Amino acid sequence: MRRLLGWLPAAVVALLVLSALFPFYWAAVASLTPEARLFERPSLIPAEAVSDHYRALFDERDFWVPIRNSLLVAGTTTLLCVPVGAVCAYALARLQFRGKSAILAFILAVTMFPQISIVSPLYLLLRSLGLINTYPGLVLPYLTFAMPLTVWLLVGFFRQLPRSLEEAALMDGASRLRTFWEIVLPLAWPGLATTAIITFIYCWNEFLFALSFTLGPERQTVPVAIALFRGQYQVPWGQILAAAVLATAPVAILVLLFQRRIVSGLTAGAVKG
Amino acid sequence: MAAIRLDKVEKVYPNGHVAARGLDLEAADGEFLVLVGPSGCGKSTALRLVAGLETPTRGRVLIGGRDVTALPPQERDLAMVFQNYALYPHKTVRQNLEFGLLMRKTSAPVIAERVARVAASLGIDAYLDRKPGQLSGGQRQRVALGRAIVREPQAFLLDEPLSNLDARLRVETRAELARLHRRLGATMLYVTHDQEEAMTLGNRVAVLRDGRLEQVAPPMEIYRRPANRFVAGFMGSPSMNFLPCTLRDGGGAARLESPWFTLSLEGGVTATPTREVTLGVRAQDVRLGAAGEGDAAGRVEVVQPLGSELLVHLALTGGEEAPVVAVVPAEAAVRVEQEVGLRFERDRLHLFDARDEARIELASPPRPDGA
Repeated sequence: MRRLLGWLPAAVVALLVLSALFPFYWAAVASLTPEARLFERPSLIPAEAVSDHYRALFDERDFWVPIRNSLLVAGTTTLLCVPVGAVCAYALARLQFRGKSAILAFILAVTMFPQISIVSPLYLLLRSLGLINTYPGLVLPYLTFAMPLTVWLLVGFFRQLPRSLEEAALMDGASRLRTFWEIVLPLAWPGLATTAIITFIYCWNEFLFALSFTLGPERQTVPVAIALFRGQYQVPWGQILAAAVLATAPVAILVLLFQRRIVSGLTAGAVKG
Repeated sequence: MAAIRLDKVEKVYPNGHVAARGLDLEAADGEFLVLVGPSGCGKSTALRLVAGLETPTRGRVLIGGRDVTALPPQERDLAMVFQNYALYPHKTVRQNLEFGLLMRKTSAPVIAERVARVAASLGIDAYLDRKPGQLSGGQRQRVALGRAIVREPQAFLLDEPLSNLDARLRVETRAELARLHRRLGATMLYVTHDQEEAMTLGNRVAVLRDGRLEQVAPPMEIYRRPANRFVAGFMGSPSMNFLPCTLRDGGGAARLESPWFTLSLEGGVTATPTREVTLGVRAQDVRLGAAGEGDAAGRVEVVQPLGSELLVHLALTGGEEAPVVAVVPAEAAVRVEQEVGLRFERDRLHLFDARDEARIELASPPRPDGA
């Protein structure tokens, strides 16, 4: 009985991992299975692997375009977010000023807005600015959710740094800005990198804004492109799954590479914020 | 170098915590002034107020006679050594030492010359190109000191700089700090919770409690004539013995009465009216003799050998049992459960008012031996 109880947590964890991984596995296997066989006798172990779906993705659909769009939009958003967010977050983490906690609460509240509630006003705004179906037309709305996220995460990171280092720099005669540049930033780079990755992933996965503010394939991002694969009469499951694997793989690799830092980053934001 | 003065400084934190209540304190030019007190007494806050890392709620901070209350830390030209050293972990030792000079736009040859000189004097010249992470605790401590010295500031602020060192290194570094102070002749404000460190290092010692200054005096005066019961109990090791007594006029000489003993005090202590007092006796001033002799009777409960001497925990008998600690020579024959007689050194007795805990001065002051 005791031995059974000892195994129980492991078994539960295994079950959770399996149920979480299975869809990915299934997608990966199916993306390598010929279309004809996909609905006949689906098999858990691929009998023969073909790269048809992947080739079709690039030959027939020019999947490079959505990939390029996603990289551009998510990358630009991240590059804008992190430097601006870092300065903001440092001020919120360290300087004394009136209304600081109100600002932090407001930033958190902004991250909580349901996206759907701001899609229509944003659409009208972007249309009057002539930004529908442009890169800035995606980057600017992305900043609305990515910036609060970045600031919130970075405040947590900066608060974790020992305050005495900055005080030592002040005593040494450095200005606040100099201290930030010479002492804080070099020490906070793991936090900055993690924040950049998390921000990038959020933007990479974003669907609703990308769907709403683009008109044609020339500006669609990966999630939107995949969603629009289905035609009127047929659903190309093989290609959808192949695209899903391609969209997920870089994210999964990033997360696996930086998982420890990301976890500590998320908790830093949560606990210390 | 410059004198440092706190002028009626108050510090109230936004959460209502009062860390400094009307602090009036001056460290003379070239003085080594130690701020000591239990944790939370406001000694670190006092140091940070001088540094400019905190701003006082009321009062002024003066450095070299100049009011710097409104100046940020960068413009006060003070150097601080932090408890955790606060070395810049991504910079080499050399860069750590150079940083403050670079910030003050010192010319490159001067920087090189000063860094080399200070590094040599502290014996850290061999590690100049290492990062702090590659150094031992003691080496880091030296780098932290070096970073302060190389600046040649108006004054040094040291916040428990030895508390992260092991016991042996702490005693060594203490002596080194004393030498350093003599060599530089600099004003040093030093914060510690360790009364021994305070006694051994300070020209004067300032004892703080709850943001208030309890006494400022040279170490031996603090030890021999503590201003109140708190200072008496905090300074000196082991902690002073306290026994509740009644002070009464005994016809010519005042008499000290307690359930355990009656002492007559020569020298005219004002004993009228009769009042409740606390008798303070240091463990070093308690003599042990045969049972039946001396001022009071006691029973040995615990004997702790310290090497050169024995720490003897006793219970006074004759009334409700009261604990007393005595320090006796190591060769004294003391056994647990032994009945002994205790004698208190008459000229080393301290009396404190039972209510306000202030020192009651014996009219003929104790011999100033050792002071």
